[in-house]
Amino acid sequence: MRANQPVIAPSRMSQGFDPRNLVLPVVVFAIAEVLALAYVPADSFSLAAPHDVAVELVRHLADGTLMLATAQTLGAALSGLGLGGGLGLVFGVVLGLSPAADRLMSVTVETLRPIPPAALIPLSLLVYGFGLRMELAIIAFTTMWPVLVLTRAAIRETEPGLIEVARVLRLSAWRTATRIVLPGAVPRIFVAFRLAAAISLVVAVTVEVVANPRGLGYGMMLAAQSLHPAISFAFLVWIAIVGWCFNWSLVWLERQFFARRGAE
Amino acid sequence: MQALPPAVTFPAAAPAAAGKPVIRFIEVGLSYGQRRILEGIDLDIWRGEFVSIVGPSGCGKTTLLRLIAGLARKDEGQVFYNGADVREPSPDVAVVFQDYSKALLPWRTASGNVALALEAMNVPRKEWADRIGSLLDLMGLFKDRDKLPGQMSGGMQQRLQIARCLAQEPKVLLMDEPFGALDAITRQSLQDEVLRIVAERKVTAFFVTHDLEEAIYLGDRVVGMAANPGRIAKSFVVDLPKPRDQLTTREHPRFLAMRHDLFSFIKHG
Repeated sequence: MRANQPVIAPSRMSQGFDPRNLVLPVVVFAIAEVLALAYVPADSFSLAAPHDVAVELVRHLADGTLMLATAQTLGAALSGLGLGGGLGLVFGVVLGLSPAADRLMSVTVETLRPIPPAALIPLSLLVYGFGLRMELAIIAFTTMWPVLVLTRAAIRETEPGLIEVARVLRLSAWRTATRIVLPGAVPRIFVAFRLAAAISLVVAVTVEVVANPRGLGYGMMLAAQSLHPAISFAFLVWIAIVGWCFNWSLVWLERQFFARRGAE
Repeated sequence: MQALPPAVTFPAAAPAAAGKPVIRFIEVGLSYGQRRILEGIDLDIWRGEFVSIVGPSGCGKTTLLRLIAGLARKDEGQVFYNGADVREPSPDVAVVFQDYSKALLPWRTASGNVALALEAMNVPRKEWADRIGSLLDLMGLFKDRDKLPGQMSGGMQQRLQIARCLAQEPKVLLMDEPFGALDAITRQSLQDEVLRIVAERKVTAFFVTHDLEEAIYLGDRVVGMAANPGRIAKSFVVDLPKPRDQLTTREHPRFLAMRHDLFSFIKHG
């Protein structure tokens, strides 16, 4: 085992599927169904029976509403992640490699970083109006910070022994960065992107629920406001499924990547 | 109490070879704050010589190596390589670091790690495959060329580090307790490989170790250091026949006499 590689906790998904994991959801689902039949009227404005939710889920999947909303939400999340993560990567590398740049920027970074993404909604709405761009701007702003901070840390914590090897080999600063520092930081940068990707989906749905008339968050909000709890729940269930698939594909990507690198 | 074998005397220094020394320390001193790391270091190392440095922990033997490598500063005196003041690492000087796990790129294969040195030396890319192949072959790693360091044993990783150093085609090979973390059998075979390579390539070797027998077995000369402050306290020529052999050399009466002498020096100063 290599001691100098950051150890990434193996994902639970790698341990295979255990049917016992379904026991609790099925039991909860059954209890909810029974309680709904007993206490929730069919035309309730606040709650819905699980079977009604399932019907709405299938109906909205079939008529394409959910697919369009999913494409809008995931599109915003991924493009925001691309923009924000890309900027975070560039700034993280620069600040990691240059202590002078880091000193110059540290106050700015530490001031901007804690701004809650929801607090940016009014400003972004003012600048971009409704639509993809205002959502993308907020996602990009939010995902930039974890990538920046983790990339900067990964680069600063380059094995000092390898830096000495670079000195003895008289590698130029460029080669030291591209052959030693950056490849060494890649595993942790990948983790940063996985973290940022999860955040991007959260922020996308939040912005849609609060302000932006598009995507899954808006669909859920609209259904709730027009007093269709079953549809709202159906959107919620679908968001959970999308989120799970999204995270699963990130884990899968990461594993492909490390398999290619030969990490065991 | 048995008397020491009196007939054995050791020449104090190497017979001055022709020309100037490759490495020369003149009155070198160094302090970290109040602590005196090195004091009054005078040492000449001649071309093709194998010098072993031994001494207790903290006597500054690694610092001496780092001064030659251009990796450490000094407060007083001068360190010369080929007559020029050492200010930065020289392309002629390769360093085998003690901790191979921190000196190899864990994400590059054996070939890739050797390639790093070739790239650093600006060797044309079309020559890489041949040079990497022959270096890995030399170190017995050819069949492991596509393995990552994490898939190799400690001995193999240290071989790989030596291969990378040789890719520099160095004139001076600095080794900082390179076999300290290896088991006895692996250590002996690597000792013999280093002796063979150094002889074949006519490299000047500077070998830091805390293993006294290893110092004598490998060295043309052994330099013993004392601590607080770090200084050279003993220096003798190892006039054992070459090539050295793990069995006969280590049983040679001169070897045993030198070993006795060195042990009592380390123990009693």
